Amino acid sequence: MTDNTPTVSGSEASEAPRSAMARFLDSDLLHSFLSSKVTVLAAFTTVVLMLAALFAPLVAPFNPFDLAQISIMDARIPPIGMEWSDPRYLLGTDDQGRDLLSGILYGMRISLAVGFLSVAFAAVLGISLGLISGYVGGRADAIIMRIAEVQLTFPAILLALLIDGIANGIFGNIDRETWAIWILTFSIGLSFWVQYARTVRGSTLVEKNKEYVQAARVIGIPAWIIMIRHVLPNVLGPVLVIATINLALAIITEATLSFLGVGVPSTQPSLGTLIRIGNDFLFSGEWWIAIFPGLALAILVLAVNLLGDWLRDALNPKLR
Amino acid sequence: MFGFISRRIAMALVVMFVVALISFLLFRFVGDPVNQMVGIETTPEQREALRQRLGLNDPILVQFFRYILGAIQFDFGNSYQFKQPVADLIGRRLPATLELSFASAIFALLFGIPMGIYTGLNRDSLLSKMFLSVSLVGIALPTFFIGILFIFFFSVTLQWLPSFGRGEVVALGSFWDTGFLTISGLKAIILPAITLGLYQMTLIMRLIRAEMLEVMRTDHIKFARARGLPNRSVYYIHALKNTMVPVITITGLQLGSIIAFAIITETVFQWPGMGILFLQAVQNVDIPIMAAYLLLTAFIFVFINLIVDILYVVIDPRLRTERGRA
Repeated sequence: MTDNTPTVSGSEASEAPRSAMARFLDSDLLHSFLSSKVTVLAAFTTVVLMLAALFAPLVAPFNPFDLAQISIMDARIPPIGMEWSDPRYLLGTDDQGRDLLSGILYGMRISLAVGFLSVAFAAVLGISLGLISGYVGGRADAIIMRIAEVQLTFPAILLALLIDGIANGIFGNIDRETWAIWILTFSIGLSFWVQYARTVRGSTLVEKNKEYVQAARVIGIPAWIIMIRHVLPNVLGPVLVIATINLALAIITEATLSFLGVGVPSTQPSLGTLIRIGNDFLFSGEWWIAIFPGLALAILVLAVNLLGDWLRDALNPKLR
Repeated sequence: MFGFISRRIAMALVVMFVVALISFLLFRFVGDPVNQMVGIETTPEQREALRQRLGLNDPILVQFFRYILGAIQFDFGNSYQFKQPVADLIGRRLPATLELSFASAIFALLFGIPMGIYTGLNRDSLLSKMFLSVSLVGIALPTFFIGILFIFFFSVTLQWLPSFGRGEVVALGSFWDTGFLTISGLKAIILPAITLGLYQMTLIMRLIRAEMLEVMRTDHIKFARARGLPNRSVYYIHALKNTMVPVITITGLQLGSIIAFAIITETVFQWPGMGILFLQAVQNVDIPIMAAYLLLTAFIFVFINLIVDILYVVIDPRLRTERGRA
C-alpha cells in the first residue's frame, strides 16, 4: 500500500474538509479491495445473492408458498439438461412440485435473515458487555469474563442446540411456527457473543486511558455516555471483521440446526431445511433436491468468508 | 508449576460446578418431573405423595446436592421418552460415539500433519496451493453437506461404502460393542470418520504450515543448516519438534469439538451414537437426557482442557518459569 496517510491528514487541516465519498475513493481500503480479484468476485457474488434473496418475490419464477402455483403432478422433475426435464423448472422441482430455484431464493432469504439478525444480536450483546467489562472493570469485569471463559469451553453449535432445546422446553406449548425463527436467532446469537465481548474489552482498556476519554470524564460526562459516544466508535474496527466472519458461521449454524430438524419449521424452509428434505430422496436418484440448495449455501458461505478474510487483512495495519 | 496446575484444577472445578448448577436447574424447573411420570388420571393427592417421595419438596440446596451426588454415581434420573434410566441409554451409545471420534481424530492427524509439513516446506508448489484452496472450500462447506456429498458419490453412485449404521459389531465385555473387528464395521466407519475429521484435518494442516514457516526462519534452523546437517534431519528433527506444542494444544481442544460435531455426522449417517440420542432429546424436550448430556460433555471438555494445559507446561520448558497465563 502507498504510505500517504500522514500527508492526507496533514493537508486536510489546511484544505476544506473533503466529503466522505472522496475520502473513500482515495482510501487504502478501496485500493486493496480492487487489487484483489478474488475479493471483488466474492463481493460481487455476495451482493448478487443477497439482492436475489431480498427481491425473491420479484426474481423467482414461482412463489413456493402459493399453493395455487404448485401441483403435485410436477413433483421431482429433474433439472434442465436431463431426461424428463421441464423448461419451466431450471433446477427441477422438489417432492411437492415446488420449483427448486424459487425455493432456493426464498430459502436463502430466511437463511440470510436469521444470519444477519443473530449476528446483530450477538454483536449488540457482546459489545455492550465488552464495553462494561473494559470500562467499568472490577467485579463486573470479573463476572463477565468468567462467564465468557466457561462459554468458550463449549463449541458454539452445541450451545445453540442446547439453548434451542431449553427455549423450546420453556416456551413448549406456544405456537412453534411463529416463534421458531426467533428462538433460533436468539440461540445462535447467544452462542456467538463472547468473541465480540473479548475484543471490545481489549480495545476499551486501551482507549479508556487516552486523553479524550479523560477529558470527557473531567468535564463530568456520565460514564454510559462516554462509553457510547466516545469509546464505542473507536473500538468498532475489529468488530466489523468478526461480524463478517460470524455471518458465515451463523448461516452455517442455522443451516445445520435446520438440517438437524430443530431449526426453522418446514413451512418456512431455509436452505438447511431444503437440504434435509432433499436428503430423503438422495437414494432414489433425485439428487438435485439436496445438492442444489447445498451448493447455493456453500457458494454464499464461501463468498462471505473470503470477504471476511480480506477485511481482516485490509484492516490489520501490521500486514500493510 | 504446581501453583499453575492447582489454579487450573480449581478453575476446572468451578466450571463443572456452574455446569452442574445449570444442568440441575434445567432438570428440576424446565420440565416438571412429576408431570412426565404420571398419567392424566392421577389425582392431585397421588401427585403430592409422589412429589414427597421423590424429595421435590425438600429445600433446593438439598435437592441440588442430591443431584450432584447422583450424577457422580451416574444416576441422572429417567428419560421422559424412553422411561429408562438415562445412564443406561447413554452408556449403550457411548462406545459408538467414542469409536467414531477416535477414528476421525486419527484420520485428521494422519493426513493433516504430513500435508501441513509439505505445504510449509514447499509453499509455492502447485500441490501446496491445491491443498490450501481445497481446505478453504472444506471450511466453507458445512459438515452435514460434506456428508451428503460423500453418501451421494461413494454410496449411491459408486456403491463402494455403506451410507448408514455401524455394520456388524462385536461385543467386548458386557457394555462395549466395537465395530473395529468386523469388515463391515470398518467399512461403515470410513465415510463418517472422514466427514467428521475433515475440518480438523484442514485446521491441523494450516496450523502446522504456519508453524513450519515460522520455525524455518529461526536461528537454530539456520545454525543446523550451517552445521551441514542434511535437509531431512533439519526438517523432521529440528523444525517439526518445535511445531508440536501448538499442535498438541489445538488437537486436544479439537477433540472436544469432534464429540460435539459428532451430533451432525451421526445424524447424516444414522450412526447409533450419543449425538442422535441428544438430538432426539432436544426435539422431544427430554430434559433428563439433555441435562445429563450437558454434564457429560462438559466433563469431557473440561477434562481435556485441563490435560492440555498441564501437557503444555510439561512439554514447553519456557512456560514453567512464567506465572500462569490465566
